[in-house]
Amino acid sequence: MFFMADSLTLTTPLPPAQATNAPRPARRWQWPLGAVLPLLLLGAWEVLARVGALPPNLLPAPTKVLATIGVLARTGELWQHLGITLGRVALGFGLGGALGTVLGALTGYLPLMRRLLDPLLQGLRNIPSLAWVPLFILWMGIYETSKVVLIAVGVFFPVYLGVMSGIQNVDRKLVEVGRVYRLSGLALVRRVFLPATLPAYFVGLRNGLGLGWMFVVAAEIMGANKGLGFLLIDGQMTGRPQTILASILLFAVLGRCTDALLTQLGRRLLRWQDTHGTNAS
Amino acid sequence: MLQLSHIGKQFDGGLVALANICLHLQAGEIVTLVGASGCGKSTLLRIVAGLERPSTGRVLLEGEPLTAPHPAVGVIFQEPRLMPWLTVRDNVRFGIMHLPAAEQASRTAAVLERVGLTAFAEALPRQLSGGMAQRVAIARALVAQPALLLLDEPFSALDPFTKTKLQDHLLDIWADTRPTPTLLLVTHDVEEALVLSDRVVVLHGHPGRINQTLTIDLPRPRRRTCPEFQAWKQRVLDALETEVVGV
Repeated sequence: MFFMADSLTLTTPLPPAQATNAPRPARRWQWPLGAVLPLLLLGAWEVLARVGALPPNLLPAPTKVLATIGVLARTGELWQHLGITLGRVALGFGLGGALGTVLGALTGYLPLMRRLLDPLLQGLRNIPSLAWVPLFILWMGIYETSKVVLIAVGVFFPVYLGVMSGIQNVDRKLVEVGRVYRLSGLALVRRVFLPATLPAYFVGLRNGLGLGWMFVVAAEIMGANKGLGFLLIDGQMTGRPQTILASILLFAVLGRCTDALLTQLGRRLLRWQDTHGTNAS
Repeated sequence: MLQLSHIGKQFDGGLVALANICLHLQAGEIVTLVGASGCGKSTLLRIVAGLERPSTGRVLLEGEPLTAPHPAVGVIFQEPRLMPWLTVRDNVRFGIMHLPAAEQASRTAAVLERVGLTAFAEALPRQLSGGMAQRVAIARALVAQPALLLLDEPFSALDPFTKTKLQDHLLDIWADTRPTPTLLLVTHDVEEALVLSDRVVVLHGHPGRINQTLTIDLPRPRRRTCPEFQAWKQRVLDALETEVVGV
């Protein structure tokens, strides 16, 4: 019966039993190969710092950076900075993401709106977003509003582009199936466009989140008395590189965690994808 | 049950795809449109499906004008066109979501059984072979219990073995279903047309028009190798040939 497998087989068809009750087999634990290089580098850095090969006023040892974080945590300062920065990113991400989703959906779905809105938005996109900073401060002051708006601007464009291109690239053939079954506009959006757009949407969200973290640094450097970005400036002003490095490390950890959260959510919703990535993992 | 009168189609660019097509289908009949690629046969099918508007003429279904997709008309495309995010079961249910849940479930289960995919009900499209995916597409069309089923080169992307099996399968379903559905099929595969059809309509292209209508009076099941079948094949090929010579 080997010839029954026909030419269009995309993946090995599962035996019926496995296809019906498909709790995915737990992924086998693999030795984290990606951790080898960072650990080696950290080790070398620590040793070099200890023997005095690195100037401590420029590049303190990793343990010293960790100790700085420990002190910040004990005094409670750390949680305050983390909370403030996370809050700003969350607010900006929510605002920019929501606006990007709505406008991207409009321009993607309705050609008239695309002709009306897209040229303007593409034009605005070409302005380096940090160029808005002075204007935002002038308009909204140096407090929370201008910071959140700046982050929202950064998040907006990737999300907008992701949604719009996602909708535009929905397979016409699938839309036609929806039409054959007489789906109304809203049902067609919900049952064909929405799921078909999700992959591009998640790419947009992840890019947006990345820019959100970038812009929170810019926003907090330009004037803040709380937040991880403030720690950066504080460390520079007071000549404490360990504080700067601690802040950088915390940014890395936070960015990675929020991105992983988004990726997990995406993976759960996009299990159906037939791509190199999904089949390989 | 289906009446096409003086159908013409001119596309926006000025290309005339169809001219003056008149065709009448009896209830329960299987009619195949054959012709070289580009002769407008798929366009004709898309007009009957309500996916395209004819430039001239009209389509009547049971005497009623048909201008948009109709609940009594099912369509099976060349590709399976399954929603990749839905399981086999949910793909089959796609067109009957307006029915009560119990009705959906029983119909879906029955149709999956009919196409032999019960064991794959929870599989995703990416896990299916081409032949299985096309069977899901057939199930999705059947579950709505259409009186008229349109098939646009439904088996052309499959290997010969799977193709033959699915043709026989389609005939079985057609023979077992009451009331017997009417089938309008587009193909460029002459054998496929002869195995399935009561009538074969030969189209010539540029613009597409009906050249000949052949009534195939071979008893079913038809054997592809018997001499009468081969003789019919020659006749259809000849009818197609006259155009190729003309070009």
